[in-house]
Amino acid sequence: MSDTAAEVSLAKMRPPPHSTTGPAAWMRENLFSTWSNTLLTLIGLYVAYLAISGAVSWAFLNATWTGADGSACTRGSAGACWPFVQAKFSQFMYGRYPEAERWRVDLTYILALAGLVPLMMPWVRGKLYLSIYMLAIFPVLAFLLLYGGVGLEVVTTELWGGLLVTLVVASVGIAGAFPIGILLALGRRSNMPIVRWVSVGFIEFVRGVPLITVLFMASVMLPLFLPDGWTIDKLVRALIMVALFSAAYLAEVIRGGLQAIPRGQYEAADALGLRYPQKMGLIILPQALKLVIPGIVNTFIGLFKDTSLVLIIGLFDLLGIVQQNLTDSNWFSPSTAMTGYVFAGLVFWIFCFGMSRYSMFVERRLAAGERR
Amino acid sequence: MAVTTHNRPRGTVPEQPSLLYRSEVRQVIYQALLIGGLVFAGWWVVNNVAENLQRQNIASGFDFLDRTSGFDISQTLIPYSNVSTYGRAFWAGLLNTLLVAAVGIVFATIIGFIMGIARLSSNWLIARLATVYVETVRNVPLLLQLLFWYFAVLKNLPPPRQSVALTGGGFLNVRGLYLPAPVAEPGFDAVGIAFLIGIAASIGLFAWARRRQMQTGQQFPVLWSSLALIVGLPGLLHIVLGAPLSWEYPVLRGFNFQGGIVMQPEFLALLLGLSIYTASFIAEIVRAGILGVPKGQKEAARALGLSNGQMLRLVVIPQAARIIIPPLTSQYLNLTKNSSLAVAIGYPDFVSVFTGTVLNQTGQAVEVILMTMGVFLTISLLTSAFMNWFNQRMALVER
Repeated sequence: MSDTAAEVSLAKMRPPPHSTTGPAAWMRENLFSTWSNTLLTLIGLYVAYLAISGAVSWAFLNATWTGADGSACTRGSAGACWPFVQAKFSQFMYGRYPEAERWRVDLTYILALAGLVPLMMPWVRGKLYLSIYMLAIFPVLAFLLLYGGVGLEVVTTELWGGLLVTLVVASVGIAGAFPIGILLALGRRSNMPIVRWVSVGFIEFVRGVPLITVLFMASVMLPLFLPDGWTIDKLVRALIMVALFSAAYLAEVIRGGLQAIPRGQYEAADALGLRYPQKMGLIILPQALKLVIPGIVNTFIGLFKDTSLVLIIGLFDLLGIVQQNLTDSNWFSPSTAMTGYVFAGLVFWIFCFGMSRYSMFVERRLAAGERR
Repeated sequence: MAVTTHNRPRGTVPEQPSLLYRSEVRQVIYQALLIGGLVFAGWWVVNNVAENLQRQNIASGFDFLDRTSGFDISQTLIPYSNVSTYGRAFWAGLLNTLLVAAVGIVFATIIGFIMGIARLSSNWLIARLATVYVETVRNVPLLLQLLFWYFAVLKNLPPPRQSVALTGGGFLNVRGLYLPAPVAEPGFDAVGIAFLIGIAASIGLFAWARRRQMQTGQQFPVLWSSLALIVGLPGLLHIVLGAPLSWEYPVLRGFNFQGGIVMQPEFLALLLGLSIYTASFIAEIVRAGILGVPKGQKEAARALGLSNGQMLRLVVIPQAARIIIPPLTSQYLNLTKNSSLAVAIGYPDFVSVFTGTVLNQTGQAVEVILMTMGVFLTISLLTSAFMNWFNQRMALVER
């Protein structure tokens, strides 16, 4: 019987009915399945048309592309004023950093990328050396390059500006926030009551107030806290405050990870006779931090966006320098402001969106490991 | 717990580990060091502050709150002028912050829920549009968005004479948004009272209908009848009494509009920025909340024969709410804290009035900053108290 069954040729497989495949079917399924769905689609099409046509005509069709000053953009067209961005581009990137020394900033970026890019690729080996480079060698190099000394001309921080300040505040902020955040998270879960209270107090206090009041505090109260004659650089003040501020948020993220580690892991570490730093450093934190990578990246995105607040205390980050240049009377035109903000927004967006995509990639990769 | 046990011959008495190796002793030492360090730092700071203040001749204490402020605030909810005290300026600013926060929360919630649900829509286009909105808005700093709305949009509007006329009698120009103001005429009180009675009656009706359903299983159309009570009753009275509510329309007189409700561009920009930015986060929370309800729950509801509406109302929403409300509250808190960015566009909120102007005029940085932080901490503690109460109420009762 099996023989005959084998001899019977299978019925020729027929393609699925035409009405269930192809773009037409997809559209019927996803866009026009019911009359209400069709209505939504039409509204959506209209909204999309308005948004896309508005954006395209503003950024391209009606935009001004060349010109030496704002008068070029005042011809009545309601489009972008791109010459403004062209003329101010180097300011937006470096602030008032002396032009002859700007190669130092570029070199710092290259050095940072050289460490960061392979570190972010999960398949590259030698992460330990890369981490040592990024955590110990790069900061020293970056400081020497950006600030100067050792044969290089000193460029004081008042001259720094634009994207440079944004990146410095964000990266120093996160680098400073990380260790403090870990300590605070451990402190909050400590069984020493006073350590716990101090940690909880700090975390809740910082999370309860807006960053801007903390920055105000840095600019008006910190000088009062110090003895006469001591001054702290304005940028450094902002860096300290941003780091402390993000540390409180990071601490809560890390605490989430610590709580998610099964008790057995703690007990196993104790049973092996590990001391507290060993237990945390070798067993608990590696697992906990891995769990909360998305949360950490989110905190970092928040921190990156928050760097724009330093303009309120008179530092010129990317947004600050754009804002300052909008008052340039040479470039006065109705579309200058919009152009400047769109440019700055685009730069911020690229960084933040890139980071969020990267975090999703890491999350998926880690989840793949869990699924096995 | 650093007791290392060495191999020791049988029968010998285990040697007592040094006192320093006892964890209790160590903990006391660590904590004593921490307290010592903090007390020392505190003493040092207080000492420096006292010295600095004395040298700069700055008064201390809270007496300045009773002094005349001498500056104006462009928009206040309570009577305030430049002869009012700093204390009054404090309240005027605080109320402005609460105003923009309250209105912002309403708008952010509405936009956020619409966008969150839209992201889950089966309609491909709608879901995509909502995704684009969320990904664009939440990846750009709020401060930039505020500056954008204020300087690039609202400050670029035409002057009053070429105002944009809105449907319904409103006008939009560089001075702000002018809306018709409702004016209550005699007899309108009755309509208001009817409205309140309608609400009270619907609450009573709801309780009665619920009891009846528990006892007899019969349902009562509560939604429609309470809608009739709340909207219909005052509406009917309104018509019977001859429409005792009129609208005062803004009219262009000379160089500016007179009458109606005016929303200043600073307020509008802050409101737009805060609502749109926070809504993008709320949308993600709502989406996660709805996705967080296990599929089995919906299937079970279907198996029980519940209608689509009943499934949403009785099964999905109560469970999604448990996931949504805690992060939603913290978004509300964020919105309130973020309203302090008003200082960048000149809306007279609490931080810009008090921590900005008052601090600059009096120089009493310590007191002013302490009061500022006190206000925000109070708001945040009240919020977290609510959240704890809510979590306790909503916690899953395992049976």
